[in-house]
Amino acid sequence: MAARYDRAITVFSPDGHLFQVEYAQEAVKKGSTAVGIRGKDIVVLGVEKKSVAKLQEERTVRKICALDDHVCMAFAGLTADARIVINRARVECQSHRLTVEDPVTVEYITRHIATLKQRYTQSNGRRPFGISALIVGFDYDGTPRLYQTDPSGTYHAWKANAIGRSAKTVREFLEKNYTDESIATDNEAIKLAIKALLEVVQSGGKNIELAVIRRNQPLKLLESKEIETLVAEIEKEKEEEAEKKKQKKST
Amino acid sequence: MALSSVLQSESADFSFNNDRSFSFGCGLGQTDLGFGAAPGDRLNFSIKASLGPDDEDGPERKIEFLHGTTTLAFKFQHGVIVAVDSRATAGAYIASQTVKKVIEINPYLLGTMAGGAADCSFWERLLARQCRVYELRNKERISVAAASKLLANMVYQYKGMGLSMGTMVCGWDKRGPGLYYVDSEGNRVCGDLFAVGSGSMYAYGVVDSGLRQDLSVEEACELGRRAIYQATYRDAYSGGQVNLYHVHSEGWTRVSQEDVLKLHHQYQEQKK
Repeated sequence: MAARYDRAITVFSPDGHLFQVEYAQEAVKKGSTAVGIRGKDIVVLGVEKKSVAKLQEERTVRKICALDDHVCMAFAGLTADARIVINRARVECQSHRLTVEDPVTVEYITRHIATLKQRYTQSNGRRPFGISALIVGFDYDGTPRLYQTDPSGTYHAWKANAIGRSAKTVREFLEKNYTDESIATDNEAIKLAIKALLEVVQSGGKNIELAVIRRNQPLKLLESKEIETLVAEIEKEKEEEAEKKKQKKST
Repeated sequence: MALSSVLQSESADFSFNNDRSFSFGCGLGQTDLGFGAAPGDRLNFSIKASLGPDDEDGPERKIEFLHGTTTLAFKFQHGVIVAVDSRATAGAYIASQTVKKVIEINPYLLGTMAGGAADCSFWERLLARQCRVYELRNKERISVAAASKLLANMVYQYKGMGLSMGTMVCGWDKRGPGLYYVDSEGNRVCGDLFAVGSGSMYAYGVVDSGLRQDLSVEEACELGRRAIYQATYRDAYSGGQVNLYHVHSEGWTRVSQEDVLKLHHQYQEQKK
């Protein structure tokens, strides 16, 4: 039944599905995990870094990209599709600055990306973009924002979210652990992102790439040393928690 | 017959006065009432050079241009004052004394009219539509900078095609009071004080001598009113009534509409 309705995507299936869009969402689920967290004065993006081949230079594939000084995004899915979307978004950020004489709000650029994606679900001969994006940043009034888009062209605002492989596991972790205390300071928010990624990433800090935007500051990618330090802190805290639990049990 | 020969002979003047876009001039209108065609008439046209004298002069020259006007706007600590006259002339004929030269784009944005009345009102109504769509899409009011930029970009596409529009976009947004001068040449300038039209020089004289940043609302209104009055006193192409608006943080308010003759008597009394 499904096979007859996925050649031209402009066609609905009898039970109301757009199968190409759903297949695009499957492609997203195969991509490496990305997590986004909205703190009080900071927004954090973390991605799972795929291990590179021996001869490959490490830093050529970046999954976290700045769209403007105050907005950046991470994606999960087809890297080539993401490049197109990112390019269009960057141009739109500057066009907005030119016509409106103001930087974009995070919601505006998310809406633009989502509209772009939706257009590709309703044209002839084109397939949808195979990416989901997490867009973070600060509006010019200082409010931090996190939005997620998906291949169908919908977007929602989130306090914390994950996309890509094992996104469900990470999201459940975040639902349990995202509290006002856990994001009370910048450092705590960053550690929460790392903890969330450690749930699904295999070999610890080496395979995590982290970026933060603080209010009125541009995007900053954390160096691997800083990530290692934070991972070590998290491990220590975990051990202390485990110790406390043991003591509670024995008393 | 007589009319067409007059028009031909006037075409030499027409190109001469081209560079003065907004200082002098009036549309021809219906001066073929008989007396309008006298050779001594100063029929100045400030249409753009692209409309050569050989083009069909008839329909072009029937357009009523409001270069004979005085409009002014200035910023002060409590917002923006917008003051305009209300006379429309066609040659030496006063076509109307009650023209509305302030266009209410939306409850917090005003535009003034100088140049072609149709051009001004059409493009500013189009701007109002764009501003409303922006407001709906972005859930916040458009800034004065963005609104004036939209207008400037819209008319720039028609540059050289004969649009005649010199407008001041005035409003209050989150950056405070905003005042931009936009015209059909593609100029878009931010400023604290603008006067546009044939009477602008007289108005500038009055406002320049009386403008301080710490004016109260009444003082600023009186300054604007006085400036327009003085311009109508000396400029033949300005007159009628003085329409005064005040733009503040809550939007714009129509302050007053006063006949120039009444103001004249009032100021005469004050002198005594």
